[in-house]
Amino acid sequence: MNFVAWKMLTGDKAKYLGLIFAIAFSTFLMSHQASIFCGLMNRTRSQILDVRDASIWVMDPKTQYLDEVKSLPDQDLYRVRGTEAVEWAVPLFKGLARTRVHRDGSFRGTILMGVDDVSLVGGPQDMALGKLDALLQPDSIILDRVGYKFFFPGEPLELGKQVEINDHLLTVAGICNSSAPFVNLPVAYARYSIAIKLVGSERNLMSFIVAQPRKGLSADDAARRISAATGLRAETASDFGWRTIWYYIQNTGIPINFGITVLIALIVGTVVAGQTFYLFTLENLKQFGALKAIGVTNMRITGMILMQAAIVGSIGYCIGIAMTAAFFEATKNNLDLRGFYMLPEIMKGVAVTVAGIAFLASVVSVRKVVVLEPAVVFRG
Amino acid sequence: MSKHAVETQGLSKDFGTGDSVVRVLRGVDFEARHGEMTLLVGPSGCGKTTLISVIAGLLDKTGGAMAVLGTDTAALSSSEAVLFRRRNLGFVFQQYNLLPSLTAAENAAVPLLAAGMSRKAAVAKSSELLERLGMGPRLNALPNTLSGGQQQRVAIARALIHGPKLVVCDEPTAALDHESGHSVMKLLRETAVGPDRAVIVVTHDSRVFEFGDRIAHMDDGQITHVDTKGN
Ligand SMILES: Nc1ncnc2c1ncn2[C@@H]1O[C@H](COP(=O)(O)OP(=O)(O)O)[C@@H](O)[C@H]1O
Ligand SMILES: [Mg+2]
Repeated sequence: MNFVAWKMLTGDKAKYLGLIFAIAFSTFLMSHQASIFCGLMNRTRSQILDVRDASIWVMDPKTQYLDEVKSLPDQDLYRVRGTEAVEWAVPLFKGLARTRVHRDGSFRGTILMGVDDVSLVGGPQDMALGKLDALLQPDSIILDRVGYKFFFPGEPLELGKQVEINDHLLTVAGICNSSAPFVNLPVAYARYSIAIKLVGSERNLMSFIVAQPRKGLSADDAARRISAATGLRAETASDFGWRTIWYYIQNTGIPINFGITVLIALIVGTVVAGQTFYLFTLENLKQFGALKAIGVTNMRITGMILMQAAIVGSIGYCIGIAMTAAFFEATKNNLDLRGFYMLPEIMKGVAVTVAGIAFLASVVSVRKVVVLEPAVVFRG
Repeated sequence: MSKHAVETQGLSKDFGTGDSVVRVLRGVDFEARHGEMTLLVGPSGCGKTTLISVIAGLLDKTGGAMAVLGTDTAALSSSEAVLFRRRNLGFVFQQYNLLPSLTAAENAAVPLLAAGMSRKAAVAKSSELLERLGMGPRLNALPNTLSGGQQQRVAIARALIHGPKLVVCDEPTAALDHESGHSVMKLLRETAVGPDRAVIVVTHDSRVFEFGDRIAHMDDGQITHVDTKGN
């Protein structure tokens, strides 16, 4: 009977395509919006992820997340170094500065990272042009590609260009790929001593201390010991990243707005698919009645309807996921959209949701057919 | 064990409950014999469809006794009734009730498919039968491209394909012109009736009375009299 179910389903092209479209549409919306949401949330911890050579972040206990920092006094660095939990600990500056090009005066807020003068820990690991060591040259910075593209539009990547940061003239000694920050500002790297000179006047300028645990100690353990010994907040890069994400989830309307879109996709998908499927069943009711009279069991008919729903659900899901994948494939080289991609978890989650939609859509139809009196086939 | 294909005694059927009960069958004594085509005739609304629905196990009876191929179909559980119908009964409806997206051969094969036969074997068997019924050239046609008479032929093939002992037809010619109706009845007569097989045809089309071996006249929920071919 499976091929009968298949033919019943595909016999009415308009309804068949309508069902597939409804499922594909809601699959696309759900997977696309959920991916953008996850990408956006992931972006909030970009500058944490980009520090790949230290696993522990130490900060003022009042610092809630990456982008709003209460600075630490210099002696905290020595206190952290004094705990035997760390192999080494170095300062890290993170702040905002105004970068300007002389040529046309165009300027833009820039995330300025100051990395340890000697070790360059926290410096960019993914260089597009030049080397990290270039930061050791006097008055030099490494600018990310977003910044380079903004300040020198249409020009090929090239070292030696000059920019002004807070009225100090600096040379672009390297160009790097950065993970996109939440607000997608350019990112510039300088030595710590240069960075604090650029920014200037505050007494305390040390945003973070980044450190590596002593051999044989896990980052978790080391972080706990640093906190205990210094009273500062010390945590692993991953914990700090998640805390930053949670801050954005709890303090911005982003999750709610994406949540609403996903919910609407879910409802529209369920209602349209359910409605179409139900109408489709209603139109075939007489035929289902004839099948029941002829001796097809309710179990069998239920199986047929579920199979029809499964077919429509799978095809619609695949099309929707392919559309989302195509979107991210098409935008993967766009600098402003970097960091957005479809997580396998989202694919799985949407698959489960679509299975639920298809199931709900068919349940109403199954009910209608199961309670149908086969005697109706004799009625005109 | 009853000796006829269908026997009912004092069969009654009510619709509704409480104050709105309508008694549609009021003590029906009816029989259909093996090797015969029995016509059930009577004015519209007298209970013909209700009677064959109860006989076929599609509706429960309210009272009376009944044996269909030796079984009280009304006493079967609904899943037993489904099995019973699948094995023993064939149906022909006024509205054909073919599946619109299946070809003629596939439609006629449905009872075999329902019994678990493979698609290939079932369609081969139904194609053979349809050829015998003169539908050879239209095996792969969809129902909406067939004339009423042709659709009813497909429906008859579907009713006969699994070799049922009892074929029940409700006004099979009502939607057809005289000529098509005539040939459909002729076909039923030739193919559905056999030594151990019985056919019941509900009709109010007096032009087809000549095909019946036995004509049971029904009025107001009762069989009033029965004519047999001899007299
Ligand atoms: N499901 C039902 N509920 C209530 N009344 C019904 C139902 N089915 C049939 N009837 C009534 O039973 C009577 C006989 O109907 P039916 O058996 O279809 O007559 P016929 O086939 O002889 O025209 C009619 O009055 C009809 O309205
Ligand atoms: Mg009737």
